[in-house]
Amino acid sequence: MSAFEAAAGYDRQSWDRRPAAAHAGGGLLSKRIVVGYGFWIFLLSDIIMFSAFFATYAVLVGATAGGPSGRELFNLNNVAIETACLLLSSFTCGIASIGARMQRGTWFYGAMSATGILGAAFLFIEVHEFAGMVARGAGPTRSAFLSAFFTLVGCHGLHVTAGLLWLLTMMAQVFAKGYRADILRRVLCFGLFWHTLDIIWVAIFTVIYLMGVWQ
Amino acid sequence: MLGKLSWAAIPFDQPIPLAAAAVVGLVIIAVLAWITLKGWLPYLWQEWITSVDHKRIGIMYMVLALVMLLRGFSDAIMMRSQQALAFHSDGYLPPEHYDQIFSAHGTLMIFFVAMPFVIGLMNFVMPLQLGIRDVAFPTLNSASFWLTATGALLVNVSLVVGEFARTGWLPFPPLSEITYSPGVGVDYYLWSLQISGVGTVLTGVNFVTTVLKIHAPGMTYLRMPVFCWTTLAANLLIVAAFPILTATLAMLLLDRYLGFHFFTNEAGGNMMMFMNLIWAWGHPEVYILILPAFGVFSEVISTFSGKSLFGYRSMVMATMAICLLSFTVWLHHFFTMGAGADVNAVFGIASAIIAVPTGVKIFNWLFTMYGGRLVYSQSLLWSIGFMVTFVIGGMTGVLLAVPPADFVLHNSLFLVAHFHNVIIGGVLFGAFAGYTFWFPKAFGFRLHEGLGKAAFWCWIIGFYVAFMPLYVLGLMGMTRRMQHYDVPAWHPWLLVAACGAVIILAGIILQIAQLVVSIRRREELRDNTGDPWNGRSLEWATSSPPPAFNFAVLPRVEGRDAYWAMKQRARRQATPVPEPDYTDIEMPRNSATGFVCAFFATFTGFALIWHIWWMAIVAAVGAYATFVVFAWRDRTEYIIPAAEVARIDRANRSARGEALLPTEATP
Repeated sequence: MSAFEAAAGYDRQSWDRRPAAAHAGGGLLSKRIVVGYGFWIFLLSDIIMFSAFFATYAVLVGATAGGPSGRELFNLNNVAIETACLLLSSFTCGIASIGARMQRGTWFYGAMSATGILGAAFLFIEVHEFAGMVARGAGPTRSAFLSAFFTLVGCHGLHVTAGLLWLLTMMAQVFAKGYRADILRRVLCFGLFWHTLDIIWVAIFTVIYLMGVWQ
Repeated sequence: MLGKLSWAAIPFDQPIPLAAAAVVGLVIIAVLAWITLKGWLPYLWQEWITSVDHKRIGIMYMVLALVMLLRGFSDAIMMRSQQALAFHSDGYLPPEHYDQIFSAHGTLMIFFVAMPFVIGLMNFVMPLQLGIRDVAFPTLNSASFWLTATGALLVNVSLVVGEFARTGWLPFPPLSEITYSPGVGVDYYLWSLQISGVGTVLTGVNFVTTVLKIHAPGMTYLRMPVFCWTTLAANLLIVAAFPILTATLAMLLLDRYLGFHFFTNEAGGNMMMFMNLIWAWGHPEVYILILPAFGVFSEVISTFSGKSLFGYRSMVMATMAICLLSFTVWLHHFFTMGAGADVNAVFGIASAIIAVPTGVKIFNWLFTMYGGRLVYSQSLLWSIGFMVTFVIGGMTGVLLAVPPADFVLHNSLFLVAHFHNVIIGGVLFGAFAGYTFWFPKAFGFRLHEGLGKAAFWCWIIGFYVAFMPLYVLGLMGMTRRMQHYDVPAWHPWLLVAACGAVIILAGIILQIAQLVVSIRRREELRDNTGDPWNGRSLEWATSSPPPAFNFAVLPRVEGRDAYWAMKQRARRQATPVPEPDYTDIEMPRNSATGFVCAFFATFTGFALIWHIWWMAIVAAVGAYATFVVFAWRDRTEYIIPAAEVARIDRANRSARGEALLPTEATP
């Protein structure tokens, strides 16, 4: 066990040392490992779905049909603020995970709220950007390029929206039920989910915005 | 209020679907009435619908597949009879109806027959073979099943409410775009597959986690039965390929619902991209179907040869090689699209390469049988029938994957003959081999051998009579999906093919008879030992049907063919395995979550198809609320006390001990 893990309170918890319930068989791995592993597999499948949208975007990026290209549409200042919000929210989400493991309400609720607020701010800017583009006639129906853009970025946005719903549900659940082992496993999965959205955003930021503006 | 839905959606002018729907409706009402009158409703709800037991879920998957097989087959026999009649005539099916039939046939057979059948087999068998008590996520498993059932339900609802797609089993744009398919048919297709696709991805996640992370003590990866390996490979493919299908269908939905331009003719859309995306899923999909069937054949052939599988490691290698290579051949589905000679050559060579590991498997099975003590049971007959048939189908496939040949044969009946050759001869025969092999494990009595063998012969003869003519027709230039034709040379071949379909029908009737007769004579066919075939892997080490917890104590695995080794040791030492110390067993509680979620998903899908937006929102909120209610429950497990475990296990041990070590010594 690393010092970090010790600091994060691993050793104080019995829940992550508890062997898998008998129905899961074997008693070889803790339930936490199995659940986390399964959720990772799910996230990989989600990443593959995104990669299909990325591939589509790469095919259609030039198909502007006489409409505006990314260079004319993207505002890197907005995108920088969005990126900052999301990266910071990943940091606060990490704090929330540690707070949950240490069962410190202040840290958990505080960091989860911060994550939620940063995520909501990100979404607000994104919706604002989308609305502006639609208003100037550059909506998703304008060209295949814009269809691909709105779908890829919008799919990420929908994931963030679902993540916010999950975040609120987890806060309510911890509030109602306390730091139960199964709930802590869900908090773990939520954290994995939120960090994955960050990874996907980094790819979107690079492939769509940076490459779009500097092409 | 009801979107696009009105009385006009009911096809009063078309007698065939209405009559079919009336019959199906009456049957459903009769079955429900019977169940209610008998007072079985609570039993059904508590023991099956809300069950999270992998065995029960697996059986429900297979029941769904068998029922949908009947629907898909009635489509098939209608197509065969239409083509037999439609020489210089319109036949009896108008074009718009005929087009729906071949689309529904393909969709049902792949997504709601083949998929649920193999997933059902994996569900039932894999945890037993691994020596564990359930899959990694039991409630998720139940949700997967019910979401699949939702998809099947929606496809069948389209029979009476509205219409089904006329675009084939894969809805190629621009035909499937709103401009050319303005009706709800394509929407039925898309939403059914999106909803059942969620179920399939969750199954993939669940099973990959189970095979990789949860084993009985000592069950290392290279001691797992080959069926577990093929389960792993198939589910890795599900996790890696189905999200592409979801994304592709989502793009088509956006085109149709919101006027996006992914695959349209105008505004820069690229319909060629649809071909690439759909086949990047579609080719791995055929291996998702066939790999579990390969697993079944490995178990059946090894058991009925009385030998351990020949070349176990090469079998594992071949399985994983297919798993990887399946992602490198998708372009051979559209050589004629014009990617250029170089690209076509690369994919042609890749397609030839992927035949190699399959060849390895065929030789392994042959060498397993070589020198073995063969018992020609019905399961082994299906396996031998598979080997012969699949080799032919595989070779015509390699031929089709040679680009110049493909330019001649593309979209002809040769292609139709090829993929039926591998799907019927491979996947379906595998499913039937598994069904007859593991039926006694699931229900405690065997299926009638004579009727099963008769069904096998009808199926295999019917298959050859029905599909060999299609190879000839393809070479004669007949394209697929023709509602009528006027080439005299084709007519006799199509008449022969229709006869083949009738022989297959006889096979299906015999299978139904087999089931009915076996249930009625179950006491004669009863197996008390839990090991009717002298099996090799751990599923035969427990009673039939297995108790909810599968194994009273998790078996200790010390090598391959784990149960075979245990039996050998017991015989050698002439003493049964000593009784273990029984302890309490924790099992997951049943949950209605999967069923209720699928209930809401059905309404969401239906509402989206008909543009009933309020209903879609209400039902989606309902599904989310169901999840939250599930997450809020406090007791997730129940305890089976040690005394109860001991009682169940002792009964099993005494029956088994007598079979294993008869009191009078026999040579």
